[in-house]
Amino acid sequence: MSVLLDISHIDMEFPTPKGPFTALRDVDLKIQQGEFVSLIGHSGCGKSTVLNVVAGLYQATRGGVILNGKEVTEPGPERAVVFQNHSLLPWLTAYENVELAVKQVFGKSKSKAEMRQWIEHNLELVHMSHAMHKRPGEISGGMKQRVGIARALAMQPKVLLMDEPFGALDALTRAHMQDSLMEIQAELNNTVIMITHDVDEAVLLSDRIVMMTNGPAATIGEILDVNLERPRHRLELADDVQYNQYRAKVLKFLHERHSKTDVPTTRSMAQKTETTASAMKKDSTSVPESVDNAA
Amino acid sequence: MNTTTVNTGKFYGFRLPQLNSIWLSNAIRLVALPLAGILAFLLLWSVTAQKIDTSLGKFPGPSAVMEQFDALYSEHQRSREKEHAFYERQEARNAKRVAEDPSYVPKIRAYTGKETFVDQIVTSLITVMSGFLLAVAIAIPLGIAVGLSKTLNSAVNPIVQIFKPVSPLAWLPLVTMVVSALYTTPEPLVAKSFLNSMITVTLCCLWPMVINTAVGVAGIDSDLVNVSKVLRLPALRHVQKIVLPASVPMIFTGMRLSLGVAWMVLIAAEMLAQNPGLGKFVWDEFQNGSSDSLARIMAAVLVIGFIGFLLDRGMLALQKLVSWDNSAAQ
Ligand SMILES: Nc1ncnc2c1ncn2[C@@H]1O[C@H](COP(=O)(O)OP(=O)(O)OP(=O)(O)O)[C@@H](O)[C@H]1O
Ligand SMILES: [Mg+2]
Repeated sequence: MSVLLDISHIDMEFPTPKGPFTALRDVDLKIQQGEFVSLIGHSGCGKSTVLNVVAGLYQATRGGVILNGKEVTEPGPERAVVFQNHSLLPWLTAYENVELAVKQVFGKSKSKAEMRQWIEHNLELVHMSHAMHKRPGEISGGMKQRVGIARALAMQPKVLLMDEPFGALDALTRAHMQDSLMEIQAELNNTVIMITHDVDEAVLLSDRIVMMTNGPAATIGEILDVNLERPRHRLELADDVQYNQYRAKVLKFLHERHSKTDVPTTRSMAQKTETTASAMKKDSTSVPESVDNAA
Repeated sequence: MNTTTVNTGKFYGFRLPQLNSIWLSNAIRLVALPLAGILAFLLLWSVTAQKIDTSLGKFPGPSAVMEQFDALYSEHQRSREKEHAFYERQEARNAKRVAEDPSYVPKIRAYTGKETFVDQIVTSLITVMSGFLLAVAIAIPLGIAVGLSKTLNSAVNPIVQIFKPVSPLAWLPLVTMVVSALYTTPEPLVAKSFLNSMITVTLCCLWPMVINTAVGVAGIDSDLVNVSKVLRLPALRHVQKIVLPASVPMIFTGMRLSLGVAWMVLIAAEMLAQNPGLGKFVWDEFQNGSSDSLARIMAAVLVIGFIGFLLDRGMLALQKLVSWDNSAAQ
């Protein structure tokens, strides 16, 4: 398989009143057609920034993004984004939200009836047919997120970009959504970049997990290939040795090697991370929001 | 079967009194209390009015004002009858002359009676609505442009901020002079005085509408703007599909604010400039100084208040009609 998306040595600097702030330094990643890649890293390290550069919403200061041999310079529907907080237009129904995207992308190539069918098909894919004429204010958070995904899928993007798509959902809904996403991806063979804070989610869904170091000047710390057979089932994987090894590797990276220099700078830092890590092992596998890097 | 009937009976037996009490408390809140307030006000008014002696006689109480409402209305009807009769006579005269001499081209003269109270109300309403609509036509596109473009915002903001606190009445002399200098068509479509009042209304509506629209547009959720970017919506479609619906609540806030102020300002402007309308009616009655004048002015005051209230309600109803988010309209 060939490289579809080439994120080539990008740096990202934000101008701030105190001078330029380097968020990303030399982020380099090649993604193949049909691959599912997760970005994981501590809060504020620059995951959304990477995604926004790929989406074209930010312009990299150095380096660039090449999709199918062409450089990305602006946002476009071939790189559809599922935003963290669904971002549906509240004055449109679920159907109309998807319709806006479909009209924009297929307005010239599809007939009215075909578009209608295509919109309904995509809403069905995310199991939202029953509520497609409701407005975002009338449906639950999980349902909104589904519509957001349907909208992105309906654009038939070359790359699907998802920024913590399930972050705001409860555990049960999230599990449902992950299963749906795996089904859809198996069916459509989408290329996906997904940001997540959830280690289990990353291992369950991804072909590769890209682990980012802490900012400022964050970069890719390590890439983990997940060679679990598909289709994957969460219950079977729970006792799978390999699955648990992958999981442990990600956790280890996040809790021990989060620093850019690979070695904690001070002793107190190391202790702090260790206690956090052991605390985390007990009850949760999410990344803590507040492990700062005193760089 | 049996149990169902029993249950239904129980259900109603339990539910009805509760429903009743809710209905009752609503009735008290919505009807009885406002009514009591109005009654108390009328009482206070008639008692106080009796104690105030002015050079034009006693201050009018509610009953005197009611009488004047009656009088004003019958004056209006009489004037309408006169007008009707005038046109009938004119027509008959013309028909007769045409019959005598077929080459005669009949002249039609307009009736020039004094405007009645009802005429003045209509004039004021037309003026305020035209001025307001003109302001809407200017302010909303401008506000959207200013809200969308930071550059334009920086350029326009100082001007808006400086003109916003200016009482539109201060513009009135300038508007009057400019209109009489520029509006010199031999057969004017509308009267100069109408233009003066209308432009004054427009000037006072403009600023709150521009500001509110711009704030609403600039405050659109950046995620929604990103959606539009990812979809590559063309500029016009972006405005139509994202910007306008998102800022409808703020636009309407600006519009309601403007219309309220406009109505107040218009009355003052009509008084000041002797332009036809309710303001002129008040001023004329004041100058007239008959024993009925105060009661007539009071009648006008009540009408002004009531119309202002209706205008606000009308805007609110319109907002509910066009807005997707009805929680904002209250
Ligand atoms: N527009 C901006 N201007 C200035 N600084 C920014 C901007 N956007 C992001 N940053 C900074 O860049 C860094 C990375 O931000 P980013 O939003 O990419 O983090 P993240 O990894 O997505 O975090 P989270 O997991 O909390 O969403 C942060 O330090 C943030 O303050
Ligand atoms: Mg983020």
